[in-house]
Order: sequence, then structure tokens, then C-alpha cells
Amino acid sequence: MSPTITTSSEANGNVSAATARAAATAAAVAEQSGPQTITLAKALNTAMADAMHADPSVLVFGEDVGMLGGVFRITDGLTKTFGQSRCFDTPLAESGIVGMAVGMAMNGMRPVIEMQFDAFAYPAFEQIVSHVAKMHNRTKGAVKLPMVIRVPYAGGIGGVEHHCDSSEAYYAHTAGLKVYTPATVADGYRMLREAIDSHDPVMFMEPKKLYWSKDQVDLDALRAEHAENTERGTSSEGRAAVARPGTDATLIAYGPSVPTALAAAAAAAEEGRSLEVVDVRSIVPFDDETVCASVRKTGRAVVIAEAHGFASVASEIVARVQERCFHHLAAPIRRVTGFDVPFPAPKLEHYYLPGVDRILDAVDDLQWED
Amino acid sequence: MTISADHTAQPPAAEEQTPGPAAPDAAAPTGASNNAASEAVRKFGISVEDYMLPARHQIQMVGPDGTLTPHTEQGTQPGHEYSLPGDEELLAAYEQLVVGRRVNDQNSALVRQGRMAVYPSSHGQEACQVAAALCLSGGDWMFPTYRDSVAVMARGVDPVQTMTLFRGDWHGGYDPAKHKVGIQCTPLTTQLLHGVGVAHAAKLRGEDTVVLAMCGDGATSEGDFHEALNFAAVFHLPVVFFVQNNQYAISVPLAHQSVAPSLAHKAVGYGMAGERVDGNDVVALLAVLGRAVRLAREGSGPLLVEAHTYRMQAHTNADDATRYRQDSEVAEWVAKDPLSRMKTYLTDRGLLDDDRAGRIAEKAEAVAAQLREGLSEDVPVEPQDLFKYVFSTPTPQLQEQSALLADELARDAALTSEAAR
Repeated sequence: MSPTITTSSEANGNVSAATARAAATAAAVAEQSGPQTITLAKALNTAMADAMHADPSVLVFGEDVGMLGGVFRITDGLTKTFGQSRCFDTPLAESGIVGMAVGMAMNGMRPVIEMQFDAFAYPAFEQIVSHVAKMHNRTKGAVKLPMVIRVPYAGGIGGVEHHCDSSEAYYAHTAGLKVYTPATVADGYRMLREAIDSHDPVMFMEPKKLYWSKDQVDLDALRAEHAENTERGTSSEGRAAVARPGTDATLIAYGPSVPTALAAAAAAAEEGRSLEVVDVRSIVPFDDETVCASVRKTGRAVVIAEAHGFASVASEIVARVQERCFHHLAAPIRRVTGFDVPFPAPKLEHYYLPGVDRILDAVDDLQWED
Repeated sequence: MTISADHTAQPPAAEEQTPGPAAPDAAAPTGASNNAASEAVRKFGISVEDYMLPARHQIQMVGPDGTLTPHTEQGTQPGHEYSLPGDEELLAAYEQLVVGRRVNDQNSALVRQGRMAVYPSSHGQEACQVAAALCLSGGDWMFPTYRDSVAVMARGVDPVQTMTLFRGDWHGGYDPAKHKVGIQCTPLTTQLLHGVGVAHAAKLRGEDTVVLAMCGDGATSEGDFHEALNFAAVFHLPVVFFVQNNQYAISVPLAHQSVAPSLAHKAVGYGMAGERVDGNDVVALLAVLGRAVRLAREGSGPLLVEAHTYRMQAHTNADDATRYRQDSEVAEWVAKDPLSRMKTYLTDRGLLDDDRAGRIAEKAEAVAAQLREGLSEDVPVEPQDLFKYVFSTPTPQLQEQSALLADELARDAALTSEAAR
């Protein structure tokens, strides 16, 4: 677990002092070993703490991420553990947060920054599109920006307007950004560690409705897995995963839609239909291999996403699969997405969000009669 | 004479009550302005407002006619005092002025000859360009705009590499990390925040780096100008914001950007010190920027310096300045030229003779020749570079697209060689 960028003067300054404190604290609050039930929020929090412990150049900042621990508490305890030079609040200005992170990444740090909500990241759009995404290319690789922009995104929590956008397509459309979105507790840990380790900037899209979803994971095993992957240069970075095997049709989903797709597959199984669920995990880069292998096997596919369908990531997936799997398809690929309307008010959002019934209706339409 | 803000001495009250590991440290905002205030009051007997507000008049040391401005008319006042830079520093600056003017005029000629796509000239602003580079030490960083090519070269970047952007070979031609010069930025004021980040990282590591972050007058209307100044002030970072007020944002005069008493007055709103300086007087620029860099390095936090200058030529070759300003206005500024006043000043002081002037002219001509040769050479572009640098490792999608383009080119080449036979 050697840090990929070492700060040039670790021996002095506040960063190393904070790290020493962190080491002591980490030992004091050592996790119980073996499988335990934790939330996605805790997995993300642990990933950041472990990365900060491993590498003094990893910094966390944003709005309310310090003493409060973030409005979703994802950064809970990091300031207390690592000190205010490693996890701190900024003035309330998203372009400033991202722009400052660019400069820090240019100068030896690995910033992990939080946009408080999806739609609140838009003031930073210019910094993200014109600088974060392009710096490596315009300098022919001389300047790398190892930074992670965490974005709590999508709906399902009854949030008021501007708190529930699915903004992944804006970033996926921009050349030079990696776009990850975990759907499971274990992937929350695994993928955030990979994102922090990445030499390229990562838009880390966190499905906020899954923050409090729980699963039994073994954090020590995940740590060991990360250490091994780092040492051997192997990881699941950029790979999709088969979340549930099946034979009759493939449900392709990511982030907040994965649990919905799994629920649909469970319901279909009761009716005797075997649906495979593929969790995209990494929108950029996209794992054509895993997705297409599944569709070639089943011959049918439905793509599920909360975002508006028009000009969306779901559209891109349909196009890619159709180009590569046309002769294996028994039916046109269907999309089940959000409607092309602004994200609805809380009392209306359940009409908008892709649900099990809408997914099963789409599956029923996949020309089964022959 | 440092106005040193002891920024670790005053943690916010709430955090004082937090025991153990949550003790605030360097990155925490800490009521720096209050300390700067007490320092200013103590050292100069002036109020915090008088320290942060620019001096009542712009700082000028050598007037347009090349004579030393009388000390009482230099614009200095308590807390805003400046000393004349040394002779060698002035001669070095003059040499860079002459080189910079030659670079500007050579590049404009190369655009007319079709050797470069575009060149935003800093003709008339060379004093600002030169002082921006000379005020920094080796470990310091500069964050320039598209009009700051002369400053980039004066910082030591190869002239032909600097011109890569405008020649159209690639978006940047030099390694920013090697030269500690950010890539010349076209989106306005976005680079100021990058400067803030570089300074913040350096401060966290205990390094004494100072960042000079540059922008123009029109750019001060952008949101990132505000965010950069505020972040730098709140985190008490060693950043000198240097605004070259050349009066125009393409065609729009300053009066349509801001009705502040001066752009330097904006500093006080962020709790930092501001100063305005004659932007065609390299002597005053060296004094003001030199002091700002020193104060920033000593821990006084960020400063804002506004240089009052003039864009003598159109925005770029694609612009027509006659549509929005009078020739008579331009003529007024010819009389304030930064080179001629410095030449007169140094000659009158006996520092510059014909021999030395001749050697400086030769050096400028050599740089111009380097540009002519470097930009006349047709360097072939590499199509596969399109895919090489988007990510550290090309994604599978980019590898596919790279193969597609390679295949297209191979087929084109085959057709061409067939046709030749």
C-alpha cells in the first residue's frame, strides 16, 4: 500500500503531524475483524479514512465536511482523526472547491472533495469540464490530476428540487473524466479506494438513497484485497459485475437502479423467468466486455437508469450493445429511465423513478412469443 | 517591515473547546484579518482599512518622461512605502522589456504571415509582464493568461514552446510543473483558483512558495475571481493576485465591468491588502510586486495588485479596435510607453550607454530569430497523440478509436501510394 505520490516534505509541517495523530487514533478505534453489517455511508467513510491513513497527501474538503461530517455524515470523524489540515470546511463555493483542488493536485496532493448535492455541483462545471478533464491532455501528461469529486446523486429520498438530479451524463460526456458509481456496500469501499488511487480525476457518483443501505462485509478482507491489488496492479477498476446470474434476459443498471433491477429479477424468478443483472459500476471507462458477454448469452436486454432517457448514459449503453451484439439479439433493447421532465417534487417522484413493475413490463415486451 | 498575521494564534472559539486530535492547525481559517489589523495599527499607526485599502494614488516612481517622480508624488503613504529597486535589477528588467517588445512584434508579424493561428499581444504591457516574472523566486509559481506569453518567457520558458498553443500544434507546449508556470489559461480567472490550490498545498507542507496569479480587468467580473480571492484570504495563503487593467475586455471598457473606485479597492472586501500601481512604470511595478511577494512569503496572507496600463493593439489579430475606441485615446498612451521612459531614465542615470543598449538589442533580435526559425519549421503532428493523453492509460474505448483512425490513415496511405504508381 505504498502511496503513489509522496509529498516532498513529509518530515515537517502539519500534514505529517496529523498523520501521526491519525495512526494513533486508527489503532484506538480498530474495527472488529470479520464480517459485520455496515452501511454504504460507513464503507465510504472507512475508505477515506484508510486512504488518508496510508497517504499523507490525501486531503478531504468541501462544505460542512469538517466538524459536522458532511450533511450525509460521509466524512464523519475525519477532522477529529486527521486534524483540520487534512479534512476541512471551505467557503461555500463549488467552483472554488474544485479549482483549489486542481491546484492542490498539481502540487503533490490527492484531494477528495465533496459536492454537497448533485445540482450544487453545477457552479463547478467550468472547472470540471475545462480544467479537471483536460489538464492531462493539454500538458501531454506532464500534469496529472489525481483527484476525486464525490457527488451524492439521484433521487428516492424525497428531496426538494435541486437535490435529486442524476447528473452523470454531463460528466460521462466529457472526455478526460472517469465516472464511477457504486451500488453495493463493498463496492463503496473498493471503488472509492480505487478512485483515490487513480492518477486520473474521478467523478465519484454516490447514490444517496443507498447511503443507509446495509450489507455484511469484511472490512479487513476488503483492505487486504486493496493491498493485494495495489501490489499486483490488478483491480476491478473499470469493470462491470454480474450482480445476479440469469439466462433469459439481461438487466443493465448502475448506481441507485441496481437494487431495483435486482428486485425485478427476484420478482421475475417467481414467475419462472431468469434475469441476469449486470452492475455497470464504472460508466467511464465502460466495460463493453462484461456487458456484451451477458447480452450475447441471454439475447435480450433492458437498460435501467434514473436519469432522463434522452441523450443519456442509458442511450449510450443501448447503442454500444446494439453495435456489438446485433446478431445475438432476439428483440430490440429497451430502456427504462426517468421521464424527460425536471426531477419531480417529493410527492410525485415515485411516478418518475424506474420501479420493478415498469422494468418487468419492459421485460415482457422483449418478443418472447417466438 | 512585515505586517505579519499570526494566523495560528486565534482559533475559533468553538474549536478551542474541542480536546485532543481536533485541535485546529494550518489550514483552518483563523481570523487572520484581525491580527493583520492589530499589526498594521501597531507598526504604522494606521487603521486596518488604511492598510487594506490601496494608497490614495497609484504608486509611480518613474514618470512618462523618464524622470524620477518626486518622492512626495510617488503615491506612497504610511503603510504603503516603497524603495527604489537596485541598479542591476533595473537593467535586467530593461533588457527583458526590450526582448518582450521584440517578441510581441515578431509574433504579430508571424500571425500576419500565417505562421501562427493567433497571438494576443501584450504590446504596451511589457512592464507588467517583466515585473511579474522578475518578482518571483525559483520555487514560486506563476499562473498566467493567454496574454501573458512575455511573462512566461521571462520566467525562463522556451519561446518556441510558449508559442505552441498559438501555433496550433497542441494546447500547451511546456511542462508547467518543471517551470512552475501554469498553462496559459483562456477561460477567465479559472487559473486563479489553481494558484490558490498550489499555494495551499505548499503551505500544508510547510514550504515558502509564493504564487503570482494573473488576470485582466474584464476578468474581475467573473465568479472565480471572487472565489479565488476569498479562498486565498480565508485560508490565509501566500498568493499575489496581479490584475493588469489594460482598460478593455475585447471591446468593452472597464466602466462597463465595474464601478468600484479601483479594482484594487476590491481587496478590502476580502480582508486583504490592495495596491494600485502605474502599469507602464517597471520601476514601480518591481517595487510593489516585490514587496507583495515578500509580505506573502512572510505570512501576511494574499494581496491584490492592480496595474494601470493599456492594450495598445487589438484584442487579437481577429479583432478590429477601431470599432470601439478612438485613435486619439491610443495616441495618449503612446506617450506613456514603458520602454521609452525606462530607456530615458536609465540613460540619464548613466546606467545605460550605447554599448549596453546595443547588446540588449542583439539579444532581443536573437530571440526574434529563434521564434522565426522555430515557427517556420513545419513540425509534423502525430494523429495518435489525440488518444494518448486523455487518461494516464487509454480506456478500451479510446484504444478502439485509435485503431479506427490508424486504419483510416493506413488505407489513405495505401491509396496515395497506389495512385503514385
